[in-house]
Amino acid sequence: MKSFYLLKQVVFTYLMVCGSVYAATIKVGNAQVIKSITKAISLAQPGDTILVDKGRYSEGTITIDKPLTLIGKAYPTIDGKKKYEPFSVKSSHVTIRGFLVKSSGHSSLTDIAGIKVYNTTNVRIADNILEDNFFGVYFQASKNCIAENNKIKAYGSTEQLSGNGIHAWKSDSLTIFNNTVKGHRDGIYLEFVTHTKVEKNQSTNNIRYGLHFMFSHDNAYLYNEFTHNGAGVAVMYTKRVRMLYNTFNENWGDSAYGLLLKDITDSEIRHNRFIKNTTAIFMEGSNRIHIENNQLESNGWALKIQASCMDNTLVSNNFINNTFDVTTNNMTLAANNFNQNYWDKYEGYDLNKDGLGDVPYRPVSLFSVIVEQYPMAMLLFRSFMSKLLDRTERVMPSLTPENLMDENPYMKPLNV
Amino acid sequence: MIKTEKLSKKFGKIKVLQEISLHLCRGQCVALIGPNGCGKTTLIKSILGMVVPSSGTIIVQDKNISNAWAYRKNIGYMPQIGRYPDNMTIGQIFDMMQDIRGEKAGLLDMDLYESFQMKELLNKRMGTLSGGTRQKVSACIAFMFKPEILILDEATAGLDPISTEILKEKIQRERANNKLIIITSHILSDLDELVSEIVYMEEGQLRFHKTIESLKAETETDKLGKAIAHIMLSSKTTVHA
Amino acid sequence: MLKIIKYVISDILRSRTIIAYMVLLLALAFSVLGMESNAEKGIVSLLNIVLFVVPLVSIIFATVYLYNSAEFIELLVSQPLKRTKIWGSIFLGLSGAITLAFLIGVGIPIIIFAWIPSGILLLVCGAGLSAIFVSIALWTAVQIRDKAKGIGLAILLWLYFALLFDALVLFLMFQFSDYPIENGMVALTMLNPIDITRIIILLEVDLSAMMGYTGAIFQNFFGTGGGMTLTAIILLLWITLPFLFSTLNFKKKDL
Repeated sequence: MKSFYLLKQVVFTYLMVCGSVYAATIKVGNAQVIKSITKAISLAQPGDTILVDKGRYSEGTITIDKPLTLIGKAYPTIDGKKKYEPFSVKSSHVTIRGFLVKSSGHSSLTDIAGIKVYNTTNVRIADNILEDNFFGVYFQASKNCIAENNKIKAYGSTEQLSGNGIHAWKSDSLTIFNNTVKGHRDGIYLEFVTHTKVEKNQSTNNIRYGLHFMFSHDNAYLYNEFTHNGAGVAVMYTKRVRMLYNTFNENWGDSAYGLLLKDITDSEIRHNRFIKNTTAIFMEGSNRIHIENNQLESNGWALKIQASCMDNTLVSNNFINNTFDVTTNNMTLAANNFNQNYWDKYEGYDLNKDGLGDVPYRPVSLFSVIVEQYPMAMLLFRSFMSKLLDRTERVMPSLTPENLMDENPYMKPLNV
Repeated sequence: MIKTEKLSKKFGKIKVLQEISLHLCRGQCVALIGPNGCGKTTLIKSILGMVVPSSGTIIVQDKNISNAWAYRKNIGYMPQIGRYPDNMTIGQIFDMMQDIRGEKAGLLDMDLYESFQMKELLNKRMGTLSGGTRQKVSACIAFMFKPEILILDEATAGLDPISTEILKEKIQRERANNKLIIITSHILSDLDELVSEIVYMEEGQLRFHKTIESLKAETETDKLGKAIAHIMLSSKTTVHA
Repeated sequence: MLKIIKYVISDILRSRTIIAYMVLLLALAFSVLGMESNAEKGIVSLLNIVLFVVPLVSIIFATVYLYNSAEFIELLVSQPLKRTKIWGSIFLGLSGAITLAFLIGVGIPIIIFAWIPSGILLLVCGAGLSAIFVSIALWTAVQIRDKAKGIGLAILLWLYFALLFDALVLFLMFQFSDYPIENGMVALTMLNPIDITRIIILLEVDLSAMMGYTGAIFQNFFGTGGGMTLTAIILLLWITLPFLFSTLNFKKKDL
């Protein structure tokens, strides 16, 4: 009898430790014995799975403080009633899957989120729908976490009243995969985040930026789509960024950018598509950036490169149907390498038939320089006056940067 | 039929017409003559409403013509230089004038049209025509709508002798129809057998308005040309004197 | 009135100049739109040609026509017709014929290659420009008796609208760049029908660039229904006002 008790103790302890292996499943729902998720969590042992039936659960803030797997059946609704944080994750090894999380509280003091992950590791937020929350999914000082296949949507009308869709702060090694974010302040926002992969997300119609990161080194952004965001995509104060195969679409407006680079160094921008943005790429204080095989099409300004940029390389990009190809605020923009791009405005010839034009192309037009200084001059865009200025300048360059040119422009568009 | 009272016209500072008072009646054929720049054409144009008088009134068929236009229905005008849109054919010009006048084809006076053998020229473009042919077109149009008043500015200039004769005969016939005909011409011999009255103008002023008989009697000549020459000479001496 | 319009149009449509104009437009539009795979880009290239050629041909052709038709106009005036009707018919005939030549010359290629909103807008605006410059030609021709002077003035006016005006705008912009001149500048461009046309079409085609820094201004004015209506009204005024002034002159003119 005593030994049996002992055995029981050992097994229990074992189950406690290796909960994931011998986990129990607790069911929650109107038709179940346990009707509240909070209660289920308090009853559960680490490693247990809590299965939540369809229904509406308004339990204030549900805090998950042990390693648990929460699975919603047919999207049960977790309602924050505009007051609470629906899910607070404060333990490692938590999974939240299949919930409709809505109406978190709003606060200007604390960042309340639909699902907020606090100082932990190995949390997985997957297949949820988040609606009308202040912040959507929020990782605070966390590591090795995943947010995938979530649909995040908000209806904020001003930057102040709206948080970010996916927000990460002081975190490391996150994976943000295949989420869609709409109507938040920033679609995806990373600050002090490292070694993170942002892949195949769609960020659309957000009030400010589709993607925004600051002080976040060694991250990669792949196959994302940033469409119709208030001011496009902004990346700032960051080193070693890889941005590949992304699409930047229709980011239109007074100060909208396809991609705004501010103090970015040692980074790569390859195989991206910039279509119909007011300014496709804006570079400021950015050094050693390699821009290759990108498609820049139908933008107002394809590239605005400020005086503070050095040692950047632009090769094998297509510049097609942009109003202005390149503008700069500096006359002696040196040490940036433009080579072997395709420019549809190029009027040179190729006598030796090597596919490269025999005379250099100067992508900065005089009129664009004037517009840079006197924005109102845009009123005269495409007038004879502007043509005349450009023609004259081409014959006798005096006001456009002398060194900024592509020595070997391609005659035909490249496959990028 | 046409009455002008103290009709004056200034082009800038130049007084082209100075207080012209004139009374022309039905059945008269009036020769309006005078040296170049005497105001003949301006007077005609004033009557036609092409020139707006500076002062004075013009009454046509008992109606003041200022700002009126319908009275021109009763006037046939043959301009000094008849120029028409280059790409229109003669036929189209006739069609257009008939359209404008709103006359039915059957009621038209086609005398000149037939005498000048216009039918064969109907498809010719105006731009390709000689000055004489254009004059013929102008003459046809002036007479076509049976107007009560005919104003012919340098009518015979540019016409060949045969056509001139045809036109003169037509003028005489119309005068016999009790119409008022006003002609200006430099070729006085052409006017000789046509006109009943002479209106002589000089430097914008009306020098005299007399019947041809009294004029010939006064100057004791039987040719109009000589009579006019006489007048011109005497007026010159008066000016110099 | 219709009668005269009919004859004026049929006369002009048979003139070699107007046929050459139409053929030129056809050739230019076909080559520009045919070579350009992107229809919108083609429209932009065509826009430059239209803004250059249409005002020039419209104002010069109309001026020359008016001087060459002086005697014909005299003849019309000697007929039982109201002067305003004659002048109106000449205006409608002239602008009708030139507009028709434009619509055929540019319209056919647009229907074939670029039947898109900006293409249609280009047709409408080009037709408007034709009428505007005929209207301006009427005003100058009625005031100047001398043919050579009249044609000279027409060329000068074209030069002014096509180039000098923009130079002036640019100059003012440089001079007063420190002041809030945005609204004033937009208002200033309203004084040039070529500029209005250009901006309207570019807003349709080149939206991304036009929405740049100056986006707020453009959007506040041209982007709104009210602004567009106002612009349309101004273009209509550009057609009617010079014509009305010319009619007032013509009513009192000594021929």
